Amino acid sequence: MLGSQAIEARQGWLAVLANAPLAGIEDCIARAAPLPAHTRLRGPEIGLIMVQGRAGGDGAPFNLGEMTVTRCTVRNAQGQIGHAYLAGRDPRRAELVAALDAALQHPTESAEWARTVVAPLAEAQKEARRKVAGEAAATRVDFFTLATMRS
Amino acid sequence: MAYVAVKGGERAIDAAHDWLARARRGDRSLPEIGTAQIASQLGRAVDRVMAEGSCYDPDLAALAIKQAQGDLIEAAFLLRAYRTTLPRFAHSEPVETDAMLLRRRISAIYKDLPGGQVLGPTYDYTHRLLDFALAAESLEVTPLPLAAASSEDTPRVTALLDQEGLIEPSGVSTEAEPGDLTRDALAFPAERDVRLQSLARGDEGFLLALGYSTQRGYGNNHPFVGEIRVGEVAVELVPPELGFPITIGTITLTECEMVNQFSGSKTEPPQFTRGYGLCFGHSERRAMGMALVDRAMRAEELGENATAPAQDIEFVLSHCDNIEATGFVEHLKLPHYVDFQSELETIRRMRATATAATAATVATETEA
Repeated sequence: MLGSQAIEARQGWLAVLANAPLAGIEDCIARAAPLPAHTRLRGPEIGLIMVQGRAGGDGAPFNLGEMTVTRCTVRNAQGQIGHAYLAGRDPRRAELVAALDAALQHPTESAEWARTVVAPLAEAQKEARRKVAGEAAATRVDFFTLATMRS
Repeated sequence: MAYVAVKGGERAIDAAHDWLARARRGDRSLPEIGTAQIASQLGRAVDRVMAEGSCYDPDLAALAIKQAQGDLIEAAFLLRAYRTTLPRFAHSEPVETDAMLLRRRISAIYKDLPGGQVLGPTYDYTHRLLDFALAAESLEVTPLPLAAASSEDTPRVTALLDQEGLIEPSGVSTEAEPGDLTRDALAFPAERDVRLQSLARGDEGFLLALGYSTQRGYGNNHPFVGEIRVGEVAVELVPPELGFPITIGTITLTECEMVNQFSGSKTEPPQFTRGYGLCFGHSERRAMGMALVDRAMRAEELGENATAPAQDIEFVLSHCDNIEATGFVEHLKLPHYVDFQSELETIRRMRATATAATAATVATETEA
């Protein structure tokens, strides 16, 4: 069983990888050390998940609708098992993310994978979010009160 | 009446489908439209197909739109049919719209509110004049202006009302498994979880018309737009092999919270009530229609007289799905030769009987 810190770290890299485009992941891998060889344990396979919302945003859950998902599980040559669940239909991306999830669990090489692959992708995502927030802020209304003409 | 299989017409059907494919391609001197272009430049159409197809996948929705020549109900039908070919892996954790990366957030009930009024990419305030510059193509796209994003929190508007106890709570936050229309057929009385699922994939025109009918007096409950949010939210699920939630990606959602009048009851002090709309993609009309109809369908629960169409749960839910509706209406085009033959025989017999009776009456009157 993973400790809460290990779980948080894994949640962190999986979130970054889930939001990263295939080209971005491939670029980072190309610049990093070669990924350990892996065998597929499951998938990659395409399926659906049911997305849930909450009535009123914070009330009882309801089923909003489905979305496509690709999942993959691999075991690498170093013995780590990696999982990927990604929005959309992209078997290659799912397999790469599962292989990275496995590599990132390596007791000594994890930090290097985090530095070379996860950190640049996370930075790009942060920048993209900052840009959207900036664009939204530019459309924020500044109310002003018209001065009355009465003396 | 059983359906009777009739053979024949294969050649005609093949030729019709060939023609359809050529008609879809259109003028060959023009470049073919790509699904990536549809996904990128016809985003609102893609959003509608994802919502009514009840399947979030912009690339598939774009493909469906291309295949259906832009017939959005046909495209939603294609997407619904495709989803039946896929296994269901899991369900997500309920999405946290509070944590949305906001592109748009407005409130019609408070001018100054924490987080402010953020217009985002809206058609509101446009003049609805055709822009012929768009017909000229090759438009220069100017970079968007950026402003410093404020670090201010953007609390839910209904939470502001809730601080004063002026609005009903949004219901018990049970963790019970919600009903699922894709697994169990609709049954009445339908609870709010199933109603919301049904409305979220309901026909936008139907939701709009029913919402409009409540405003015009058929079940009016004085709605105000408490808040509309459009933006991106993370989707999380708990894979059984991991046992903790992980993010699997990001989807665009539109959320509408309507604040409605309520006069109170013997047990409840006067307070505002809620109607809720949430849908895939950017579609404020759909989210608002959904919120109006959601509130209307709560009439009975809130002790109101349920007399208007929008308040009739069975009527609304039985007719809001355009895939079911189009299936039943359009099946009338299919051969009903045998059905109609029996109708013909019946009406001929009835006419013969009626004519004979009239003749007999006339003969009796003449004799008299």
